[in-house]
This record gives sequence, C-alpha cells and structure tokens, in this order.
Amino acid sequence: MTELAHPAVRGPDDAKRRYLESTGPRRFARFWGEFIRRRPLGTAGAVLIIIMLLTAALADRIAPYDPTAFNFADLLQGPSLQHLLGTDPFGRDVFTRIIYGSRTALLVGFTASFVGCTLGLVFGVVGAYLGGRIDQLIQRLMDVLLSFPLIVIAIAVVAALGTGEGKIGNVIAAITVPIIPRVARVVRSSALSIVNMPYIEATRAVGSGAVRIMFRHIAPNVFAPYLIMLTAFLGQAILLEATLSFLGLGVFEPTPSWGLMLRGAGMQFLEQAPWLAIAPGVAISMAVFGFNLFGDSLRDALDPRLRTA
Amino acid sequence: MRRYVAGRLLLMIPTLIGVAILTFVIMRAVPGDIVALKYAGSPVPQSIIDDERHQLGLDKPMWEQFTDWMGEIARFDLGTSLWTGHSVVEEIEVRFPLSLELAIIATLLAVLIAIPLGVVAAVKQDTWVDYAIRLFSIGGLAMPSFWIGLLMVLATITFFGWAPPLVFTAITEDPIANLSQMILPALSVGYRYSAVSMRMTRSTVLEVLREDYVRTARAKGVSESVVVMRHALRNALLPVITVVSLEFAFLIGGLVVTEQVFNLNGIGKLLVDAVAHRDYTLIQALVLLLAAVFVIINFVVDMVYVVLDPRIRYS
Repeated sequence: MTELAHPAVRGPDDAKRRYLESTGPRRFARFWGEFIRRRPLGTAGAVLIIIMLLTAALADRIAPYDPTAFNFADLLQGPSLQHLLGTDPFGRDVFTRIIYGSRTALLVGFTASFVGCTLGLVFGVVGAYLGGRIDQLIQRLMDVLLSFPLIVIAIAVVAALGTGEGKIGNVIAAITVPIIPRVARVVRSSALSIVNMPYIEATRAVGSGAVRIMFRHIAPNVFAPYLIMLTAFLGQAILLEATLSFLGLGVFEPTPSWGLMLRGAGMQFLEQAPWLAIAPGVAISMAVFGFNLFGDSLRDALDPRLRTA
Repeated sequence: MRRYVAGRLLLMIPTLIGVAILTFVIMRAVPGDIVALKYAGSPVPQSIIDDERHQLGLDKPMWEQFTDWMGEIARFDLGTSLWTGHSVVEEIEVRFPLSLELAIIATLLAVLIAIPLGVVAAVKQDTWVDYAIRLFSIGGLAMPSFWIGLLMVLATITFFGWAPPLVFTAITEDPIANLSQMILPALSVGYRYSAVSMRMTRSTVLEVLREDYVRTARAKGVSESVVVMRHALRNALLPVITVVSLEFAFLIGGLVVTEQVFNLNGIGKLLVDAVAHRDYTLIQALVLLLAAVFVIINFVVDMVYVVLDPRIRYS
C-alpha cells in the first residue's frame, strides 16, 4: 500500500535518482514509451482514438459535403467516387455524415463519461472519508441505482426529461446517471484503503479541513482507477448514445449520429440500400473497440490490481 | 445457511422499495406533468386537463400519490395505459412470454458459444486460435447488438432471400416456425452476451490448469482431454456461471434493441413504444418490473453460488 503513495522510496542509494525519474515529464514519456512497446493492442486502440479525435476536429476540412444539406438529385446512390459510401434517402452524403457523427459520439460520450466518473469520484471519496450515516446513505442510493439495468435507467431518464431536436443535454444526462454508481463503488473501495493511512492522519494533525483532505490528498491517489474507468465508460457511453439514437430516444435529426443513421435509413432501405446499414455500424464498433482496447491496456499498465474489477 | 438466505431475502426488501421510490421520483421529474405533456400543443380546455389530473390522482400531495401507487402494486394493479387505455398488467402479460423465450434462447446460445470457445482459447493459449477467439469476443463487446441483428437480416435477405416475418408465431402454435423466427434475434443478443463469459471462461480455465491437482492428474498419465474436461472445466465453471447471470443486464439491453430490429412485440419494444407515446403509467410499471426482475435474478445467482460451491459458507 505504501508503494502507492511513494513509489520512489525503495533503496536509500539511488532513491534520489529514482525519485527524479518517477515524476514530471520524464516519467510521462517513459510510461508511454513502455506502453507502446509492451502493449501493441492498447497502442492500436490509442491510434483508433487519435484518428477519431482528428476526424472530429477536422470534420469541416475533410468532409466532402455539407452534412445536413438535402440533394434530391442524388437519392439513395450506391457507393461511387463522388459519394464514397453512397447517399441516404435525402441525398445526403453518408461519408460526410459519418465524419460529422464522430463529433456527436465524442461530445456525448466524453461529456457523459467525464461528468459521470467525476460525480462517482466525489460520491466515492466523500463516502469513504466521512463514513457513518452519510456513507450509508450514499451507498444505499448507489445500490438502488445499480438495481436498474443500464439501458433501463437511461431510457427512464430520457422519458422523464423528454427527447427531441436540440435536447442533446437530456441524452447526455441519461447516459451519465448509470455511470455514477458504477464509478462510486470502485472509487470508494480504493479510497477506503487510503483513508486510514498515516499521511492522512498527519495532514489532519496539521489542521487541514475535510474538503482539503478529500480532494487534495485522497482524490489524487484514486486517479488511476478514475482514469481507467473514464476511458472504459467513454466506449460504453458512445455505444449507449448509438443505442438510444437507434431506438429514437437519443439524438434527433438533422444532427448526424451513427445510431440514428442506422435507425433512419438502415432499417427501411435494408434491401434497397445496404450500404446505409454497414458504414455507421463499422464506425460505432471501431470507436468502442478503440476505447475498450486502450482502456484494458491502460488498466493493466496503471493498476494490475483492478484486473478483475 | 438458512439464516444467510433469510437475511439476503430481507435485504432485498429495502432495495426494492428504494427502486420503487427512485422510479417514482424519476417519473415525477417530468417538467410540468404527464397530463400537460400529453396535451402539449393541442387546444384542450383547462377543465379537461384538470379532470384527467384528478382521475390520475395527480392533484394529491406527493406522498399520497406514492402510497396510493404502492397500494396498487401490492394488489397487482399497475394502472391503465395512457395510450391504449388497456390495463398495464394486460399489456405486459401478452408480451412477457415472447421476451422470456428470447431471453432463455439467447442465454443458452451465449453459454454454448462462450464455454467451448473459452476452453479452447485457454488450452491453445497464445496461439493464433487463441487470438482469433479473443478477437471474436472483443468484437462482440464493441459491436452494438442491434447492428449485428441488422447485418444478420441483411445477410439472410441477400443470400437466402428470407426476411423476418412480420407476424409472430407462438411456440405453442408452431414450434418450428417460432424457433426459425427467434434464432436470429437470440443469436444477435447471445453473441454479445457471450463475449464477457468467454473471456471469463478463458482466464479461469488458465488459472485452474496451473493448479497442483491438474499437474497431479497429468503426472499420473490421465489423457489431456480428460484433464481439461473433468479436472479443469468443472472447477472453472463456477465463476463463469456468475458472470453469465450477472450479465443479465446486457440481456435486457439486448432485448430492448433486438425486439426493435426484428419487429418482435415483446417487453423491450413495449418500453420503447411507451416512451415514444409518453405513456408514463406504462413506463413507470415497466421500469419497476425490469429492475425488480434484475434484483431478484441477482439474489437467485447468489443462492445458486452457495448451492454449487460447498466451500462457500456465508456467515
């Protein structure tokens, strides 16, 4: 356990050298160097993520068409040089909509995962540090939230908040809610092992307040599981967004979303225009695949103890 | 043992009450209320709105609404659907067998896929067979089950000229027609469902294969297949069973989307339709039902665990 707090202190001889190597940019570079060398699958995941980020950032530059403009001269065209992945029933270019869809997926996925994991972190740390009634209360609430299958609670939240054009915030909220208890549980158990460490007691003895102890001294030490879950839930959140949109309970037209593309065109025109059903699914799978691979490897690299979690 | 079961059973009660409270709270988080939402944008006189509110009991204080609702649940009366006007219990009753059948077939398929592949991957660890199987399972986690379903429909249309029929045939009417209709949806749910259990099977079999008693078995000249089947697999099955049952949430998620793809009129489709129609009494009932089923399944899994593993003696 002490290793977690002070990885540098092992032998007195080269303690100083090790300490220097264990912090700052050099440690960062060394970590990623090793990551790339020893975890080819994780690196492949990272490459997929980087491609997706670049696609989203440069969507205006690389997309050949306007993602929302109708073109009634080119309805349901098959893949060709003009339209690499064909066109949909409104004549919109599928390739362009896939590119812009990465923005929706990342926006929803990242926001939901970030907010969900952060709230989970707060609940987990507060519960573990304060203990007693407050901890009991938080835990019971999290247990109840965990009693709902993921998609069911997401649908319930969407139903309550309402769906519709421009209500993307509601979709994000619906995906955030089921993430919170799952993160809170893991963070709480990590934080519990830190709460009783001597350095926490020392900090208290110096006169630090509860808030400072929780967020300056405990939270940074549960950062590894937090980061791992953030990546893992990003993939889950993207999948959930696609699922909700596919069901007609997520993002609405004209916003380009991969799940929505499968709903709108994929189903009705399956026989007539099969390309509509293939490309968006590949995009969803690659995105989730990338985050899963990267998350798994990150977990192995950062915290082997979490392997079974 | 008996005390443990009784204790767990008692613990389920506050959880279920918590689930009911949360469902109730979420449904009341609707901006405005359900009647206002139902008539939003249409010119309905205030008196009709007030009448309907009174009928649904929405003009009573919150706590009274909740106790009324709990009383109704205790009498198995889940109210009337706002959309169809039929009783919610009836709506669910009609569709429940289909979803249950789909769930059972999908689980069977998942186990049939996961366990053999997991064992083979473990036995052939770090060969191309292992990599191929692991890739197959990672794919199952990344691909949305509705997309797998779409691709299956697409493949059967293109290669066999067969599309899923629009009318559902019950298993009691014509088992063959029913199974031919259920196999693809069950497969698309089951594949995804199998992914986690496959990984679990692989890692537990790997662990067990390193145990002393497996080495002993090998040393005394037992053939490799007997070692794997009798000594390793048997002892590796327990955690796998847990995972299979815990992944039940996957299953429900799978049902919700797959029923949509294959146009099966089950509980999942009912939930999605209910949200689309803003049928709040129905949504409330279904969310509660699914969560309750989930809680009960988790309880049953724990009990199965105790029965299967004599080493576990809960106190």
